[in-house]
Amino acid sequence: MTTRESAGDRAAGTTGQDGRRFASYYDRHVVKPPVWHERYVGGYLYLGGLAGASSVLAAGAELTGRPRLARAGKVAALTGISLSAAALIADLGRPERFVNMLRTFKPTSPMNMGSWLLAAYGPLAGAGAVTDLTGRFPAAGRAACYGAALLGPAVATYTAVLIGDTAVPAWHGGHREMPFMFAGSAMASAAGAALLAAPAAENAPARHAAVLGTVLELAAGRLMRRRMGMVAETYERGRAGSLLRAAETLGVLGAAGALAAARAPRPRAIAALSGAALLAASACLRLGVFAAGVASAEDPRYTVVPQRERLSAAAS
Amino acid sequence: MLRQLTGPDRRGLGAAAKSRKTAELRSRVATADRVVKSVCPYCAVGCAQNLYVSGGRVVQIEGDPDSPVSRGRLCPKGSASLQLTTGPGRESAVLYRRPYGTEWEQIDLPTAMDMVADRVVRTRRDTWEEECDGKRVARTLGIAALGGATLDNEENYLIKKLMTGLGVIQIENQARVCHSSTVTGLGTSFGRGGSTTFLQDLQFADCIVIEGSNFAEAHPVGFQWVMEAKLRGATIIHVDPRFSRTSALADLYVPIRPGSDIAFLGGIINHVLTEGKDFREYVLNYTNAASIISGDYADTEDLDGVFSGWNPETRTYDVSSWQYEGPPVQAVSGRRLRLDAYHTPGRSEAHGSGGAPVSPYARRDETLTDPRCVYQILKRHFARYTPEFVHRTCGVPPESFRRVCDALIANSGRERTSAFAYAVGWTQHSVGTQYIRAASILQLLLGNIGRPGGGIMALRGHASIQGSSDIPTLYNLLPGYIPMPYAHSDENLDAFIDVISTRKGFWADARNYVVSLLKAYYGDAATPENDFCFGHLPRLTGSHSAYDTTMAQLDGVCKGYFLFGQNPAVGSANARLQRLGMANLDWLVVRDFALIESATWWKDGREVESGELRTDQIATEVFFFPAAAHTEKNGTFTNTNRLLQWHDAAVEPEGDRRSDLWFAYHLGRLVRERLAGSREPYDRAILDLAWDYPVEGPLAEPSAAAVLQEINGYGPDGRPLSSYTQLRSDGSTRCGCWIYCGVYADGVNQAARRRPHTEQSWTSREWGWAWPLNRRILYNRASADPDGNPWSSRKECVWWDASLGRWTGHDVPDFIEDLPPHHRPADDALGTDALSGVDPFIMQGDGKAWLFAPAGLMDGPLPTHYEPQDTPLENPLHPSRRRNPARLTYDRPGNRYHPPGSEVYPYVVTTYRLTEHFTAGGMSRWVPHLAELQPQMFCEVSPELAEERLLEHGGWATVISARGAVEARVIVTDRMPSLHLDGRVVHQIGLPYHWGPNGLATGDPANELTSIVLDPNADIQETKVLTADIQPGRRPRGRGLPLLVETFRRRAGIDPPDEQEQPERQGPRTRRGGRG
Amino acid sequence: MAPRAPQVQEEAGYPRHPPRMGFFTDTSVCIGCKACEVACKEWNRLPADGPFELTGMSFDNTTQLSASTWRHVAFIEQRKPVRAPGGPAGDQQDLRWLMASDVCKHCTDAACLNVCPTGSLFRTEFGTVVVQDDVCNGCGYCVSACPYGVIDKREDDGRVFKCTLCYDRIGDGLIPACAKACPTESIQYGPLDELLERAEARLADLHGDGVPDARLYGNDPADGVRGNGAFFLLLDEPEVYGLPPAPRDATRDLPAMWAHAAVAAVTLVCGIAVAFAGSRRAG
Ligand SMILES: Nc1nc2c(c(=O)[nH]1)N[C@H]1C(S)=C(S)[C@@H](COP(=O)(O)OP(=O)(O)OC[C@H]3O[C@@H](n4cnc5c(=O)[nH]c(N)nc54)[C@H](O)[C@@H]3O)O[C@H]1N2
Ligand SMILES: Nc1nc2c(c(=O)[nH]1)N[C@H]1C(S)=C(S)[C@@H](COP(=O)(O)OP(=O)(O)OC[C@H]3O[C@@H](n4cnc5c(=O)[nH]c(N)nc54)[C@H](O)[C@@H]3O)O[C@H]1N2
Ligand code: SF4
Ligand code: SF4
Ligand code: SF4
Ligand code: SF4
Ligand code: SF4
Ligand SMILES: [Mo]
Repeated sequence: MTTRESAGDRAAGTTGQDGRRFASYYDRHVVKPPVWHERYVGGYLYLGGLAGASSVLAAGAELTGRPRLARAGKVAALTGISLSAAALIADLGRPERFVNMLRTFKPTSPMNMGSWLLAAYGPLAGAGAVTDLTGRFPAAGRAACYGAALLGPAVATYTAVLIGDTAVPAWHGGHREMPFMFAGSAMASAAGAALLAAPAAENAPARHAAVLGTVLELAAGRLMRRRMGMVAETYERGRAGSLLRAAETLGVLGAAGALAAARAPRPRAIAALSGAALLAASACLRLGVFAAGVASAEDPRYTVVPQRERLSAAAS
Repeated sequence: MLRQLTGPDRRGLGAAAKSRKTAELRSRVATADRVVKSVCPYCAVGCAQNLYVSGGRVVQIEGDPDSPVSRGRLCPKGSASLQLTTGPGRESAVLYRRPYGTEWEQIDLPTAMDMVADRVVRTRRDTWEEECDGKRVARTLGIAALGGATLDNEENYLIKKLMTGLGVIQIENQARVCHSSTVTGLGTSFGRGGSTTFLQDLQFADCIVIEGSNFAEAHPVGFQWVMEAKLRGATIIHVDPRFSRTSALADLYVPIRPGSDIAFLGGIINHVLTEGKDFREYVLNYTNAASIISGDYADTEDLDGVFSGWNPETRTYDVSSWQYEGPPVQAVSGRRLRLDAYHTPGRSEAHGSGGAPVSPYARRDETLTDPRCVYQILKRHFARYTPEFVHRTCGVPPESFRRVCDALIANSGRERTSAFAYAVGWTQHSVGTQYIRAASILQLLLGNIGRPGGGIMALRGHASIQGSSDIPTLYNLLPGYIPMPYAHSDENLDAFIDVISTRKGFWADARNYVVSLLKAYYGDAATPENDFCFGHLPRLTGSHSAYDTTMAQLDGVCKGYFLFGQNPAVGSANARLQRLGMANLDWLVVRDFALIESATWWKDGREVESGELRTDQIATEVFFFPAAAHTEKNGTFTNTNRLLQWHDAAVEPEGDRRSDLWFAYHLGRLVRERLAGSREPYDRAILDLAWDYPVEGPLAEPSAAAVLQEINGYGPDGRPLSSYTQLRSDGSTRCGCWIYCGVYADGVNQAARRRPHTEQSWTSREWGWAWPLNRRILYNRASADPDGNPWSSRKECVWWDASLGRWTGHDVPDFIEDLPPHHRPADDALGTDALSGVDPFIMQGDGKAWLFAPAGLMDGPLPTHYEPQDTPLENPLHPSRRRNPARLTYDRPGNRYHPPGSEVYPYVVTTYRLTEHFTAGGMSRWVPHLAELQPQMFCEVSPELAEERLLEHGGWATVISARGAVEARVIVTDRMPSLHLDGRVVHQIGLPYHWGPNGLATGDPANELTSIVLDPNADIQETKVLTADIQPGRRPRGRGLPLLVETFRRRAGIDPPDEQEQPERQGPRTRRGGRG
Repeated sequence: MAPRAPQVQEEAGYPRHPPRMGFFTDTSVCIGCKACEVACKEWNRLPADGPFELTGMSFDNTTQLSASTWRHVAFIEQRKPVRAPGGPAGDQQDLRWLMASDVCKHCTDAACLNVCPTGSLFRTEFGTVVVQDDVCNGCGYCVSACPYGVIDKREDDGRVFKCTLCYDRIGDGLIPACAKACPTESIQYGPLDELLERAEARLADLHGDGVPDARLYGNDPADGVRGNGAFFLLLDEPEVYGLPPAPRDATRDLPAMWAHAAVAAVTLVCGIAVAFAGSRRAG
């Protein structure tokens, strides 16, 4: 800043990247950056997706008679959902008041709906895994597994609604494509978990799911950024950019690895490696999305400019 | 969820989601046990407060919507007063620092009181001065007191009474440093030193010029009346060196160089006179425009910057040539009055309620053409105040100047009125009195005094600073602006009355007021035979203002010091000398809420930090007494409307906290106990003091109501009086302050009246009580034409009702109620009988407002532009008289002045207030809700100056004067204009002055930079304008700080370092006049 | 005719209710005194925000609405380029200092309220939006949902806080603490319909007085939040004051979002089905 610049100049506003002037209040954010902790809520998004898609994978395996794959899915689902619930609770300012989530039934609140969903899904996923591991009540276990598979996709995609239903420009701006991106990422991560845990003999569906999931995620992500306008920058720059590039690289490597694993000399190791890559990719994606959201909220430009554009579009 | 399913709120967004706790919510206001009526303790707007009490504690403080002044609103300070009174910043125990001690110790309250009483007795005995230069003075200069503007009238009354009884004359309060020049300026112009109008009346103005005041920030709730006027279409003009929150709301903002307002106002006066735009009928009848001035008079225009009578040796004026032509001024006794006996230091302030002595029957020229008539003198005097001169001197471009002139002229006259509002941007100058005189002249020429929407609104400072002027804790005044007697002239009562009274008007009755006061002071001991104990009063021999007291401390004369709620280590000019003075005391008593800088300088002051002083070598004993807050005591504050408002105690103070009333009363009791039975003649005055106030409650709190009744006065029957016209000089009446007589009229505490403003007219005469006699607009006789009819129906206030045979109207007439407009007195009439029906200025010796002041002022009958003490500029009018020749300088080590035009201190500095803080910070820096709003000391500079000195917005800068240096965060802003004066650029530095090192919001005090240089009429310091340099970066710590200041001094060629004021005792020095 | 404020109380389950109450904050008469900030803090016993350091943002040292600052006064120094080139720089007529007291908007469509999973946020019978501190579990969802950046979480407490429109006072027939303190009636409290009318009149006056910049903000029931319960008269673009120019309650898109999520969920199922289909007998 030059010495001639005065308090007035600082308040007056800044020039946008594209040369367009936009006014702000001392460059302060307009919407509040999320108070959520990246670790917890980023983790929550990721683990929920992993769990939800794993349940579907497990049900598929169950149906097609791949018990090891099924078990891997069920265990991944239970682990995912438990940790994800733990992350959610840890993020609360008053964790002891978690049960207040169920104080109302509120369709307008994705978090409330999500809580009910978790309340229903969690026990099913749990029952599915526990019965499988202990071998007791197999019928009930199977029912639980199918039940979890019914709710699982919702668990995997509702988190996109959760963050989409906010004023955070990078999140709300992607509310159409984000569920698909999350679905793809969830699929890929579930596949990744399966690749890690299930024997090569049973994990062909996981390998295919890895590819399909990654393709879906990348395609949805591209589309989202294209439709988002200037806010897409927040997905390309800074921490979010790095994370998302990492997610993309890891995802592509993971998917490629998954495909290659079938014909590779040491399929188990390659599968495990690509599984890990896929899991990491999915985690990076969610953290990246989270970071993009924070970045978009912190800079008033991403709130003001699109709104201005909307206003002038409406006016013309 | 159940309610969601069963109730109408299916989506769970409203009713169904409400918790039980929410459903049961109540406000703690509605559930309070009781509501106590009070008044905001901060500023002089005097906003009414409701204190809500629950479970014996104050739980909420809010504005009282019934108040006609504030209508329930409170500014941030008033809103924070719960935190002020109940927050963590307040001390609750007595603290003691023994001589050479390094820490505070706790002692109990009774012990501390005994110790202080012992010290008072001892110091008084050791320093008693029975005679001075062969004249009886009966006083001690060993003890001094400072503070009172935050206190109740009752507290000030007792303090002054006690101190006077003890022979202590160095009693001062904020009124000195704040608005003393208002009293002298308005008093000599109109006959009373209070604001001529009241806040609410501003709503009727058609134009308001705010100049020398940051109205919106310093009187935020009062500013609602300016906004009201604006909404009604008035033009609001702000003339100020800085663009402040006031400017932001004004229609026209005019930047002006600080210290140049006489040039600006003189320019408007010249414009009005040369264009003939004065309100002639008003001017002719109600001012002294037609009076003929003595042929010996010579103007500054004739004598190159001085008036006739100038004595360069004494640097004072002999004022006899300024008199009206005619017989010499006579005393009431008929003797010729010695004007030199009248014109002594501090006397000008006695015009707070009464004009100076003049010959009431001067020759007049109703055609205003006589070259020696005031009107013609005025014309000549201001002829050189042209728009170009204004531009060159003030930095006001001719277009802006013209717009101000036009607005004022268009909004004055029969149908319209304009008001001026000012505060300490005008008062704190070495020409402060004359600033206010200039505005008075202008408003008189425009016919705006005494009329609705007109007047001069003097915005006073603290909650009761008006009260602490009226019931003064001031060295030169007794209650009701009766001057303190002088040793050389006022040997007995008769001589005293001769000097102070006028032959015409209400001041002719001075003897009634003085005798009644002496009866209130000395009770039954005061008899006609002993001159009503007039001899008990200690005598002045010169000035003993707050700053002279500082010198007396430095010189080792003054040894004991009471601080009754004042913080000179931050708030007074030249803070360093204030601290060094205190470090030279034997004992210091500080009564305050928090441990302000004036209480802790011995362990953490700057001089300790720099090594100039060492704690273990400072002998001063320090007592800290925690003070009770406004919520904990009864009493009255007098606000800026001259309005007395009673506030009730809500709770008892906790711990050792006590009211100042309690302290003064019990200290007096303890001292009198110690002296009881003494046969020493000099103990008579204190033992004769009437000191028998009833005490109440567990703390033995003296009754404030009883004190207020004494102030109001009793008749021979022991019943409260209703008007000062009932006072007698035979000793049958007692009255502690004659101008407050009537506040207990009919035995009712009139100040406690709280009839809602919604139930009465705009003057709201049944809310509180205003002096004099509940009049709200002073001189309101002038709102009617000479025939007694309103000048216009739009501007009616009081008028003559011929059918009733008296004056009537919306306000209490400020006139003799049944004196018809056409009455003309006999030539030899005296006193009030001498008033004519067209003499609205009833306190003046001639019944007229003074465009030209033939008496009463020390530095000239008319304002003349002079430069401030520290100035970068020449004086284009009088090149050889750059500055006010009569100003008071104290050119001594530690108080060095800058050489005029010094390149070393090239920038103009002005100091000011912020809405969020209060004065020296004792009531805001410890209050978290206020401290967070303005957390740090800053300076404001223009982008140009920032560029010139490489200052970075948000960074640090150090401002340096010959007295000290302060660091501040930098705000670079267009609001601080660099002024263009006809080719020359003057950069300004703005410094709020609220900070000190203690409390939550901290910073350097601006007063480290200021010097002590005073207006000769009022002894007020020039803290509104000085010069300095500014450098990027923080100031050095430790020894480096004095070295830095010294380096600059040396560069500027100011005295060698070894002559700097050293902390050890100095030889006596007397003050000197200025060097021109 | 001023637009009428949507009466949201009925939707919120109050068949019988007082009129919808709100704020009209007329920034053209604000003197930036911050009485509203302090009065609110005193009434609600909110802590001061440390650290006690200057921000350099003109006279704004609290910087934003937060969990401990429910009224916030913004200060904007402007130099409008009307100074004639080469002309006298002394006349500062081109200088403007805008001051505006911001507060929760008590939106008609309140995103914070919509997304709150616990029902801690609720709509009162006055149509205002209030957090219940005995219910809030600090999930922080409302913080991200609010399009104005109003509500915020206090980290040391774990819960979120914002203006209650003095729910605990107005129920007793008192006016909110901030409005009561405001010296210049910049903050006006009352039935929203009345305020809207008064605001239109004031706007017309200002336009008549040659203040073309004056505009209302948050008064339009057709905007992205169906109008505010606390609306403003501004003298410049909203974003200059740190306000969003066209805020929207994201919940409006919720049906669409759910639909997309559902399709995405189905996609996920299909994807995995395809993965299995393509893997038949491969293992
Ligand atoms: N918030 C708040 N309110 C207060 C106080 C406080 O500390 N804080 N203090 C109270 C007290 S004790 C007092 S006395 C009053 C004082 O009330 P004000 O006098 O209004 O307060 P200041 O800010 O000291 O000074 C007023 C203005 O004078 C300008 N000024 C300085 N020199 C000159 C000059 O030569 N000519 C002109 N035309 N203007 C000049 C300054 O720029 C400043 O804007 O406020 C009272 N009210
Ligand atoms: N540079 C510069 N200096 C200035 C000014 C300026 O404009 N510029 N302005 C001048 C003016 S106008 C003034 S009035 C002075 C003010 O300067 P000071 O009067 O020194 O400052 P305050 O902080 O008001 O000090 C009053 C003290 O009284 C205490 N107090 C409050 N109520 C009570 C009570 O009931 N009893 C007791 N015992 N104590 C109480 C408060 O806590 C506070 O510490 O500063 C002057 N100094
Ligand atoms: S400080 Fe002055 S304006 Fe503010 S509330 Fe108190 S009396 Fe009123
Ligand atoms: S402004 Fe924000 S916090 Fe206030 S009601 Fe609207 S959405 Fe909720
Ligand atoms: S933080 Fe509290 S108020 Fe906000 S959405 Fe969560 S539960 Fe509701
Ligand atoms: S309405 Fe009450 S809670 Fe809201 S800002 Fe005003 S004072 Fe604070
Ligand atoms: S109280 Fe009123 S005038 Fe003061 S800052 Fe708040 S809105 Fe503005
Ligand atoms: Mo003052």
